[in-house]
Amino acid sequence: MRRFCKIEIKYHSINTTKIVLTIKSGLTHLGQYVQLMGRALTQPDRWRMFFKQYVTEMFQLGYNSIGIVLIISFFIGAVICLQIKLNIQSPWMPRMVVGYTTREIMLLEFSSSIMCLILAGKVGSNIASEIGTMRITQQIDALDIMGVNSANYLILPKIAGLMTIMPILVTFSVCAGILGSYATTLMGTTTVPELDEGFRYQFNQWFFWCGMIKAIVYAFIITSVSAYKGYTVEGGSVEVGKASTDAVVLSSILILFSDIFLTSMLT
Amino acid sequence: MIQIQHLYKSFEDREVLKDINATFKDGEINLIIGQSGSGKTVLMKNIVGLLTPTSGSILYDDRDFVSLSKKEKIKLRREMGMIFQSAALFDSLSVLENVMFPLNMFSYDCYEDRKKRALDCLARVNLVGAENKFPGEISGGMQKRVAIARAIVLEPKYLFCDEPNSGLDPKTSIVIDELISGITHEDNITTIVNTHDMNSVMGIGENITFICEGRAEWQGSNKEIMDASNQKLDDFIFSSDILRQAKELHDQQKGIKV
Repeated sequence: MRRFCKIEIKYHSINTTKIVLTIKSGLTHLGQYVQLMGRALTQPDRWRMFFKQYVTEMFQLGYNSIGIVLIISFFIGAVICLQIKLNIQSPWMPRMVVGYTTREIMLLEFSSSIMCLILAGKVGSNIASEIGTMRITQQIDALDIMGVNSANYLILPKIAGLMTIMPILVTFSVCAGILGSYATTLMGTTTVPELDEGFRYQFNQWFFWCGMIKAIVYAFIITSVSAYKGYTVEGGSVEVGKASTDAVVLSSILILFSDIFLTSMLT
Repeated sequence: MIQIQHLYKSFEDREVLKDINATFKDGEINLIIGQSGSGKTVLMKNIVGLLTPTSGSILYDDRDFVSLSKKEKIKLRREMGMIFQSAALFDSLSVLENVMFPLNMFSYDCYEDRKKRALDCLARVNLVGAENKFPGEISGGMQKRVAIARAIVLEPKYLFCDEPNSGLDPKTSIVIDELISGITHEDNITTIVNTHDMNSVMGIGENITFICEGRAEWQGSNKEIMDASNQKLDDFIFSSDILRQAKELHDQQKGIKV
């Protein structure tokens, strides 16, 4: 009995130590993240260089993602339309419910939150691996020795660039989703007038702005978290790969968490 | 002139640098030599401010880098140029853009003047015609030369080179050494080179600091190294057969003369 108690106490203390260490590590990361953002979100050393980088980042992070956004949104819009038609509609429901529900799903959740989750994978891993490689090849050290605020020079244009382009991507996503649902009319599952009626039924403009606000917040989460993961890499290529994966996982989790708060705050 | 006074650096429980005292003179090639893992790179990183020493001071012409404010440190950093072991060129920029980068950040000259200055620096390191190439398209030796051009483009007072010859063939190493030596003497720069290349030690080492197990064991010139009565230094310098034979020949000649 005494031995069993000893084992239990030991097991309990190991668990407590693990929890304390995890909390300590989490707080350390949070502190480092805040410090890094403090360095990044300051006035650029040279506005000319900042704008040059800003345009480049908008192109690299945003413009290069338009294709994937359009393709995914088009097909998801079509599938949502089909699923609602097949599973929800009944003789007791008005026919325009398919268009109405598709619009609300695209506008409120898919184009803002789920699209940002997908972009967290594409853009987040891109940012973390780019900055991580710069760290391990001493390019960031080179910037620091020159007297350049490396965090500001590398991270701020990415944050500003994606925050600018993300609402545009979300708008494209909504449009592609709606086009996708129109495409299902070719299969004969529904008709264009029915969809038209649904898309126009009780349209609340605020829902569009909710999507835009969410997109801007998620853009900040994706870029800042991924940049933090890349900037703090230590080691070699294996660590860069790990940082890239961690960036995607962490930014996805944070997007989902903030989605709950934003949804309850905005709607 | 850069002076290191009672410098200590620890990583948690491990003391890497122990009471380092050294002086690096103006217009001379100052070498830091030592075995791998002796603390050379840590010392260099402390000097340039990439690491903060546990205690001690680093004086840049009587300005203590450790106790400077953030703004003063940034100002002082603009007087530094550094050549990294891996060259550390920006992959996304061309050779010309790499060299122009410090000018774009800190110079208020017009584009044409900045470009002319960058091209002059590229000409100085014999890289005319390579300005539109990207770092991935040029050899290691050329990358080092681009790094030298980038380091000198703002006319620094202090030049730091972390193992500039690593990964290069002996002929290219000599070219790099000659470039660093030429720039140091022509521009009267305080140059610190971190190396374990014996050709550099014997060729350009005007003021050598030998680091062993985190301590500055010996300081002197390449002319004095043959006669240095330091066992650890002898074990390090004359570890290769050729240099040991050279040392024996030198000792014999000296014995004959005496």
